[in-house]
Amino acid sequence: MGYVSGLKCRECGREYPVDPIYVCEFCFGPLEVVYDYKRIKRVLTRKNIEKREKNLWRYKELLPINGEPQVGLQSGFTPLVKADNLARELGVRELYIKDDTVVHPTLSFKDRVVAVALTKAKEFGFDTVACASTGNLAHSVSAHGAKAGFKRFVFIPATLEQSKIVASLVYEPNLVAVDGNYDEVNRLCSEIANKYKWAFVNINIRPFYAEGSKTQGFEIIEQLGWEAPDNVVVPCASGSLLTKVWKAFKEFKEIGILKELGTKVFAAQATGCSPIAAAIKQGTDVIRPVKPNTVAKSLAIGNPADGFYASQVVKATNGYGEDVSDEEIIDGIKLLARTEGIFSETAGGVTIATTKKLIEQGRIGRNETTVVCITGNGLKTQEALTGHTAEVHYIKPNLGAFEETLNKIQSAR
Amino acid sequence: MAVKVRIPTPLQRLTQGKEEVEGKSGTVINLINDLETRYPGIAERISEGGKVRRFVNIYVNEEDIRFLQAEQTQVKDGDEVSIVPAIAGGGITVER
Repeated sequence: MGYVSGLKCRECGREYPVDPIYVCEFCFGPLEVVYDYKRIKRVLTRKNIEKREKNLWRYKELLPINGEPQVGLQSGFTPLVKADNLARELGVRELYIKDDTVVHPTLSFKDRVVAVALTKAKEFGFDTVACASTGNLAHSVSAHGAKAGFKRFVFIPATLEQSKIVASLVYEPNLVAVDGNYDEVNRLCSEIANKYKWAFVNINIRPFYAEGSKTQGFEIIEQLGWEAPDNVVVPCASGSLLTKVWKAFKEFKEIGILKELGTKVFAAQATGCSPIAAAIKQGTDVIRPVKPNTVAKSLAIGNPADGFYASQVVKATNGYGEDVSDEEIIDGIKLLARTEGIFSETAGGVTIATTKKLIEQGRIGRNETTVVCITGNGLKTQEALTGHTAEVHYIKPNLGAFEETLNKIQSAR
Repeated sequence: MAVKVRIPTPLQRLTQGKEEVEGKSGTVINLINDLETRYPGIAERISEGGKVRRFVNIYVNEEDIRFLQAEQTQVKDGDEVSIVPAIAGGGITVER
């Protein structure tokens, strides 16, 4: 038996049973999973967690499943890297990278949410899983779904780059390329989700799927020695990850695992798509949608579903929201690679560059502990760096040619 | 000729199953309140206290009213108004 007592509308509070539903019938607000924390408190202790396997299911009582985990048994528990080189460069005492460039099996934090979504899809009895995506989510549904034995339908816009298509296609899902833009693909998928009895991970399974993001927050606390950081910087697309990282911290406080919690939560966005950061800066509750134009494509959601809630978390924790230009994003990717040996996708460039800005503004203190969430691997979006990397030294195959080049390299320093 | 108002599936119960109904020209919020006179219950599903609910998106001729004058956006005869639950894939809201 699990520890979920039901679903509840975040807007109007109406309650619903645990079903593959995601929107309140009355006010269209999003449904959220409700847990029985009193019962969880009795079983989920630091000691019990520490005895378990190092994957995201070590916190299973706080995930919305009834039985045992079925998908993503190797996912999660990524490194929390103490980033001393980067800390020195940015002039702060203690900085950590939560490194989700290496989540098993498809190298982004989407493996966390899909592990939970597909386990739930099994419990609901679905035989087919589906999603609309342009990248990380498509890869994760294709891979996790293959291992778990689901039929898979993955919907993408027909104009998607070849490299991203191959990274899904290799797992042999039914890849459907729609002649239209992202918006049209999404709209089509919501119609399909109404008609076919499939588990669309980010539509009808969304309340369960989104809970998977909390595991990044749980891991941060555990890996810091069961303490909360002073600051956490989270990239925002829909804003869901930010709200779930904070929810994870609060849940650990609620069940007594965390003694103190005073973390400030910061939202990182690209200037070319920054509706959440803009609302925070202007001090308004209204998230004004934008038409995205940024190199950080995985964050390019102009009308973010959880934007309001993300801005409320930032406000409630005395954090802030900042945004950075495409140039700063590229510099952020390179800075993280050069100092810590971690190659992040563009979203990570956003987070690093935003962290730098927040430190310069004094919003993140130089003597505080800060965790930066890096959510996906740079090998997937290499084209973003074209023309921005160091150059290759081409030589003839002889020692003289090499030494000539070596001289040039050394004198350039 | 009136304003054409497209009703989302979850609200069609209130419009006797009609996908499209006629609305009155004027501001968007007045149009919603006028719909209430013919389809009781519909206004509170779409709006609260004169504001469109956070998870309802309204488009006038395919443009989101938040890019226009929000609830005060003027609609005239012949315009098309779409009411779309936000999280149901009406906008660019589904995570990629």
